[in-house]
Amino acid sequence: MLSQESLAKIDRELTKYPADRRQAAVMSALRIAQDEKGWLSKETVAYVAEYLGIPPIAALEVASFYNMYELEPVGQYKITVCTNISCMLRDSDVIVDHLQERLGIGFNETTPDGKFTLKEGECMGCCGGAPLFHINNKRMCEFLTKEKVDAILEELK
Amino acid sequence: MAAFDTPVQHRSDKETLVCLRTLGQPDPASLQAYLNVGGYKQLQRLVQDKVKATDVITQVKLSGLRGRGGAGFPTGLKWSFMPRYYDGTKYLVCNTDEGEPGTFKDRDIIRYNPHQLIEGMAIAAYTLGARVGYNYIHGEIWQDYEIFERALDEARAAGFIGENLFGTTFSFDLFAVHGYGAYICGEETALIESIEGKKGQPRFKPPFPASYGVFGKPTNVNNTESYTSIPWILEHGGDAFQALGVPNSGGTKLFSVSGHVERPGNYEVRMGMPFTELLDIAGGVWKGRQLKAVIPGGPSTAVMPAAAIMGATMDYDGLSKAGSSLGAGSMIVMDETTCMVKTLKRLSYFFYEESCGQCTPCREGTGWLYRVVKRIVEGEGRMGDLDLLTDVSSNISGRTICALGDAAATPVLSFIKHFRPEFEYYIQHGKSMVTGKAE
Amino acid sequence: MLNIEIDGKAVEVDHGTTIIDAADKLGIAIPRFCYHKKLSVAANCRMCLVQVEKFAKPLPACATPVADGMKIFTRSKAAVEAQKSVMEFLLINHPLDCPICDQGGECDLQDIAVAYGAPASRYAEEKRVVLNKNIGPLVSTDMTRCIQCTRCVRFLKEVGGMMELGMVGRGEHAEITAYVDKSVDSELSGNIIDLCPVGALTSKPFRYKARTWELTRRPSIAPHDGLGSQIEVHIKDGKVLRVLPREKESINECWLSDRDRFSYEGLNSPDRLTVPMIKHHGEWHETDWKTALEFAAGQLKDITNADGGEQLGVLVSPNSTMEEAYLAKQIAHGLGSSNIDYRLRQTDFRLDGKRMGTPWMGCNIPDLQEMDRILVIGSNLRNEHPLLANRIRKAVAQGAELSLVNPMDDDQLMAVKHKAICTPNDMVNVLAQILKAMSGLQRLSLCLPKSLNDLLETVRVWDNSQAMAESLAGLGKEVDLVSPRTGIFLGNIAQSHPRFTELYSLAEAIASLCGATFGILSPAANSTGAHLVGVLPGEHGLNAKAMLESPRKAYLLVNVEPELDCHHAAQARQAIAEAECVIALTAYKSEALEHADVLLPIAPFTETSGTYMSMEGRVQSFTAVTKPLGECRPGWKILRVLGNTLGLSGFDFDSSEQVKNAIFGGQKPSTVVWNSLNNNLRELIDIQVKIKSNVLQRLGEVPQFQSDAIVRRSPPLQKTRAVQAPVAAMHSQLLTELGLDDGEMVTVKQGVASVLLKAKRDDRLPHGVVRVPTALPVTSLLGDLMGEIEVTRA
Ligand SMILES: Cc1cc2nc3c(=O)[nH]c(=O)nc-3n(C[C@H](O)[C@H](O)[C@H](O)COP(=O)(O)O)c2cc1C
Ligand code: SF4
Ligand code: FES
Repeated sequence: MLSQESLAKIDRELTKYPADRRQAAVMSALRIAQDEKGWLSKETVAYVAEYLGIPPIAALEVASFYNMYELEPVGQYKITVCTNISCMLRDSDVIVDHLQERLGIGFNETTPDGKFTLKEGECMGCCGGAPLFHINNKRMCEFLTKEKVDAILEELK
Repeated sequence: MAAFDTPVQHRSDKETLVCLRTLGQPDPASLQAYLNVGGYKQLQRLVQDKVKATDVITQVKLSGLRGRGGAGFPTGLKWSFMPRYYDGTKYLVCNTDEGEPGTFKDRDIIRYNPHQLIEGMAIAAYTLGARVGYNYIHGEIWQDYEIFERALDEARAAGFIGENLFGTTFSFDLFAVHGYGAYICGEETALIESIEGKKGQPRFKPPFPASYGVFGKPTNVNNTESYTSIPWILEHGGDAFQALGVPNSGGTKLFSVSGHVERPGNYEVRMGMPFTELLDIAGGVWKGRQLKAVIPGGPSTAVMPAAAIMGATMDYDGLSKAGSSLGAGSMIVMDETTCMVKTLKRLSYFFYEESCGQCTPCREGTGWLYRVVKRIVEGEGRMGDLDLLTDVSSNISGRTICALGDAAATPVLSFIKHFRPEFEYYIQHGKSMVTGKAE
Repeated sequence: MLNIEIDGKAVEVDHGTTIIDAADKLGIAIPRFCYHKKLSVAANCRMCLVQVEKFAKPLPACATPVADGMKIFTRSKAAVEAQKSVMEFLLINHPLDCPICDQGGECDLQDIAVAYGAPASRYAEEKRVVLNKNIGPLVSTDMTRCIQCTRCVRFLKEVGGMMELGMVGRGEHAEITAYVDKSVDSELSGNIIDLCPVGALTSKPFRYKARTWELTRRPSIAPHDGLGSQIEVHIKDGKVLRVLPREKESINECWLSDRDRFSYEGLNSPDRLTVPMIKHHGEWHETDWKTALEFAAGQLKDITNADGGEQLGVLVSPNSTMEEAYLAKQIAHGLGSSNIDYRLRQTDFRLDGKRMGTPWMGCNIPDLQEMDRILVIGSNLRNEHPLLANRIRKAVAQGAELSLVNPMDDDQLMAVKHKAICTPNDMVNVLAQILKAMSGLQRLSLCLPKSLNDLLETVRVWDNSQAMAESLAGLGKEVDLVSPRTGIFLGNIAQSHPRFTELYSLAEAIASLCGATFGILSPAANSTGAHLVGVLPGEHGLNAKAMLESPRKAYLLVNVEPELDCHHAAQARQAIAEAECVIALTAYKSEALEHADVLLPIAPFTETSGTYMSMEGRVQSFTAVTKPLGECRPGWKILRVLGNTLGLSGFDFDSSEQVKNAIFGGQKPSTVVWNSLNNNLRELIDIQVKIKSNVLQRLGEVPQFQSDAIVRRSPPLQKTRAVQAPVAAMHSQLLTELGLDDGEMVTVKQGVASVLLKAKRDDRLPHGVVRVPTALPVTSLLGDLMGEIEVTRA
C-alpha cells in the first residue's frame, strides 16, 4: 500500500520513540502516507494503523483531528490561505478573491483539471509575512501580492 | 541556507539579541555560526564539571526568566517541580507549536538559531535528569522543521547530543516531531497527547506533566524561547539576564509584531521597553494611519484601545497594569480603518474552529459565540446579543479543562468592553461604523 | 485518612478519593454525564462542577482528588450557576426529540435538565445534526443526541479491550463513530447502551417497543454461562422486551455480556413449542397435558418394564435448573435407570468417582482480578465467559502475568505473557513440561509422587513451558504460599478434551506445587449445580457419551437438542433416531427433535422458578417473571406430574421451593455447597503423556451464540458478525500440505459422515488442527468435538 521509501521514512520516525510506543509515530506516518498518496483514503489510514499495530479508529481519530491531513482527494497543489487576524489585517481577502477568480473555485473546491485545491487555513505562525499561503503543507509563500500569486500559479502550471 | 520568502529582516540597533544572537553570521542556523558566538560551551562546562543541578536552577531562578509560551510561569520554579529521584526515563519537551495568531517568534529561533535551543534543552535535560527530549514543531512551518532536523544531525555528529556526552555518563537524545494543524496542541498536555500519537486533547490537571507527562513519565515542558534563553543565562549569570529586563520580567523578549505596521517581524528587545518605542522599531502604523487598538500578546490576551497601550511598557507588570497581558509577546496592531466587529468575528471563528471538542462549555460555547457575532456582522444582530455574548463568554471562562476556553472568552469580553458603541452601531444599522458596509 | 466536608457534612475518606466518590459515599448527588465509576476519568462534560473553598474557579468533582480539610459545596450559588450553564451548553445542540426517543424516562440528560435547565432556550442558531452510524444489529444510534461524554469509547477500549469506537473530528464537529463502515463487534457491546447517558445509543431490538414507564421489572438470573449474572427482565403485556444487568459487584459488576442481554429475543421465537405433542404414525399431533403425560409415562414404563431401567437414558441440559435436574434424576432412579448425565459435551469420563467433590472455579469471581499469575488451559475465554475474561483483563492491566495453553490463538484482547498454542493432543505434553519445570524449580521443595516423577522423566521441557512454570511459581517475585494469588483454570475446551483426565491431573499437580488456586470454569449456568444435585451416572450407569455410543431404547431429554448439544452430533442424531421412545421436555420445536415421540413444552427461565448454581458455587433462585407461553409449564412441574403419573414416590412437591428444600436436605444451601465443592482428586490417576499421532485433529468449539437453545434463536445475536457460516479453518501450512486453497470447498469427514465446507486459512491455529465449530445444523452430521478428522478437496 505504501512504497518502500515511505515505509523506510516511517521506520525512521519510529526510532524516535520507545519500541512499545508505535502509536506515537502515527502523526508522521500519516503525513508520509499523505505525501505519497496526495490524500488519506480510508484504506490508507487503515494501512498505516495496521503498520503501527494500532486500531484503525485510533488512526482515524488523529487523521480527522488535524487540519493538514486530507481525508478527501485534493488537487495536485493544495493551496491553503491563512485568513486569520494578522493576515486579514493585511488584506488576505484580496488574495483569496484573486485566487478564487484566477482558479474559478471556492474554498474546499478543486479545479476541474485536478490541479488546484483551495483551502482556508488558520494561523500558520508566520504572521510577519502576511498575507500568505502554503502549498501542499510544505512550501510557505509570504508577502503575497496579486502579482506574486500570479507568478506562483504560473510556475505551478 | 534555505531560501525563504522572508528576508533576514530589518534589524534595529535598539534590539538586544539573546535568542537570535547568531543573526549577522553568514549562515546563522549552522553549527559553526553558533560555535562562533560561544555555543555549547555552557553545556560542556556543566557536564564536564558535574555542576550541581541545584546550582543551575538557582541561576535560572535568579534570571527572572518566565515562561515565554504565554503563561509567564517562572522557569526556575517549574524546573524545581521535576522529581529529582525517579527510576525510569524522564522527558523534556519543547513547545514550538506556536499557533496563537500573531505569534511567529519560535519559528525564527529554529530558523536562525536552532543550536542555541538544542543547547538550552540539553542543559535542561542535564539539570532535570531527562534522558529523551522532543521538540514539537508547528506543522505549517515545514521548511523550519527540516532546518531543525538538520541542526539535530549536526549536533549529534558533533557530540552535543546523544550517548555519553563529553565522555561522561550523561546521555540525551533529542528528536524533532511535528504537529499537523491544531492550535490546541500548543497547550502542553494536548501537545503531549499529540507526541504520543493521539488527538490533541488536553489532559485534566492534576496530575501535571512534571509527574505524568509523555508516556506517563515525568516531563518538563517549556517554550522554545524559554529554553533558548538558558545558555546565555548560564554564560552571563542569572543576574545579568535579569538586569536586561525590569523587575519581575527578566531578560529580553522576542516580540512578534504583525498587522498594520510598516515592518512586521520579530524584534528581540529588553523587557520593559515602552510600547511606543517597539512600535517605532516596527516602522510605526502603516500608511501613516492612526493607531486604533493593539492585541499585545496574542488573541488570548485582551485587546487594548490605543489610549490604553500608548503609555504602557512591554513587560508582564506593565501590560497587566494597562489592562491586558504580555502573553507570548504577539503584538497585533490595528489601525483606524479596522472594523472591530469583523475582527472579532474572525477571532471567534478561530476559537470555534480550534476547540478540541472534548469539554462541553468550550465545544458548545465557542460555536455559539461565533454564530452570534457572525449574525451581527451579517446585519442580523439583536439588541440582547451583546449581553448574551458577555454571558456566554463568562460561562465558558474558568469552567473548561484547558485555557482555550478562557482564551476564547477574552476577545469577546474585551472587544465588547472597549468598543461597545461600534458593536451597538452594527446591530442597529446592520453595517459597520468604520467601513460603512455589511458583509 | 482525610477529613473533608461536603455541603456541611463531615466525612472521612481515603487518600486519592475524588470529590464525587466522597459525595456518593455521603449520598449527596452531584450531576454527571461523563463520569462512570468503572471507567477512566475524562472530566469532559463539566456537569459535576462544584465550589471548593479557597478556589476561585469551580472544580470538576469527578477529577478532583480531595485534600485534607477541603470544604466542598455542591449546591451553593456558584456551584449551581456553573452546573446550570453547563446544562445550557449541553442542550443548545441537543435535539428536542424526547417524545420519540427510546431513552425517554431513563435519560440522565432529561432528568438533570429538569433539575438544572432554564425554561426557555437562549440559543437561536441552527442546531448541529450528526449523521447516524450503523454499528451492528444490537446497538442503534441517534448520533445527533450524543453529548460527547465518551463513555462508550472508553468502555470499549478499557473494558472491552479493543478500541472499536472513537471520537473523530474536532470541536463541534467531533463525533463518535466506528472506523468508517465497521460495526462494533465486542461481545460486551450492549453495555454501551446502558452507559450512554442520553438516547444516542439505544437497544436495536428494543427500539420503539415500549416506553420505560410501561415496563414491569423483575429480577432474574442469566441462564447461559457459568457466571450467574444478575439480570433485570423488563416486561410489557406478558412479553419480555429487554434484559438489563442488575448491579452485582461480585458477579457481573454492572455489566452484561451480549449473550445474556440479547438472548431474550429467543424467548419470543416462533419456534416456541406451546402445546404438548405426540407423534402417531410418524405424524405430530397436538394434545393436552394429561394425554401427553400419560402417553409418555406409559411408553417409559413399557420399555423399562420390558427391557430394564438400563434401557433408559436421561440427558439433562446443564442450563436446566437444579430443581429440574433433581426431579429428572428422581425419575431415572425411580425407573431403575442410573444412566443420567448433564455433561453433554464431555468425552473423557475417567475422572468419574475419583474427585472429592463438586468441581468449581476454586475461588470467587472477584478474586480473579486480584491474581498476579494466571494460567488458563483450553479456553477461548472471550467466547466462553465474556465477563470472566474481563476480570482477567483487569488483572492483566494491573500487571498480572497471563499464560495460555490452547489449541488456537484467538485474540483475547489482553496481553498474554506466555502461551503454548498446540494441538489438543500436545496440550497434555505441555502441561507435563510445566509440571516438570515446576518440580525442578528449586525454591519449591515439594516433590511429586514417584509414579508421576517417573512419567515426567521422559518429558523434555521447552523454553516457553519453563517460562510459564517460572511465571506461575512467581520466580523473581515474592512468593506467597499462604494466600496464593496464582490461579490455574480449565476452560470449556479442556472439559470436552478427549484427554481431560490428563489435563486435569497435571493441572491439579501444578497447582498444588505452586500453591495456586485450581478451578474449572463451568461452561453453563447450572453445570456446577447439576453436579451437586447428582445428575451423574450411578455405579453401573452410563455417562452422556456412553448413552449415545451404546444406544438406549428410551431417552428422556430435558432441555436438550441432541445433535447440537452433545459431543458427538452424528452419534446423538442416530441414537435418537433409532430409539423406540424419546420423551423431550423442550421449549422449542426443532429439527433436532423430529425423531422424538413426545414433546412436552417446558417453560424457559423467564416463565419458571428455579435455582442455578454458578461456577463459584453461588446458589441463586429466581421466580417466573412472566406467565408461561400457551400451554408451557415449568419443567419442575412437568417432571413432578410425570413422576406422579409414573406412580413413583417422592414427587409430592407443590412449589420449586419445596424441591430446592429437598435438594439441600433442609439445610442452608451455602452449608451444603461449601461442604461439597472440592476439585481435589482422591487418588492419582494413571496418565499417559505422549501419544504419537499423525492424524488431523478437529477443534470443535461451541460458538458463543450457539451455546444453548435460547441463544440459538435470538435473531439479533444471530445477525452479529460473530455468527459466520461455519468453515474448516486451518493453518496456511496445512492448507498447502493438503493442496488446498483458501476459500475452496472441501469435504470434511469424521467417521462415516461428511459435510461440505469452505476451507479457511487461519494462522492462529497450530499445525495439525482443523477447526470446525459445533452446535450448528451444518456440522451436526459430524462427530467428536476433538476427534480425528479428514479434509479433502470437494
Ligand atoms: C490554548 C493554548 C495554546 C497554547 N499555545 C502555546 C504555544 O503555541 N506555544 C507555547 O510555548 N505555549 C503555548 N501554550 C502554553 C503551554 O501550555 C505551556 O504553558 C508552555 O508551553 C510552557 O512553557 P513556558 O513555561 O516556557 O512558557 C498554550 C496554552 C494554551 C492553553
Ligand atoms: S477548553 Fe476547549 S480546547 Fe481546552 S480541553 Fe476543553 S474543549 Fe478542548
Ligand atoms: S495570522 Fe496568518 S499566519 Fe498568523
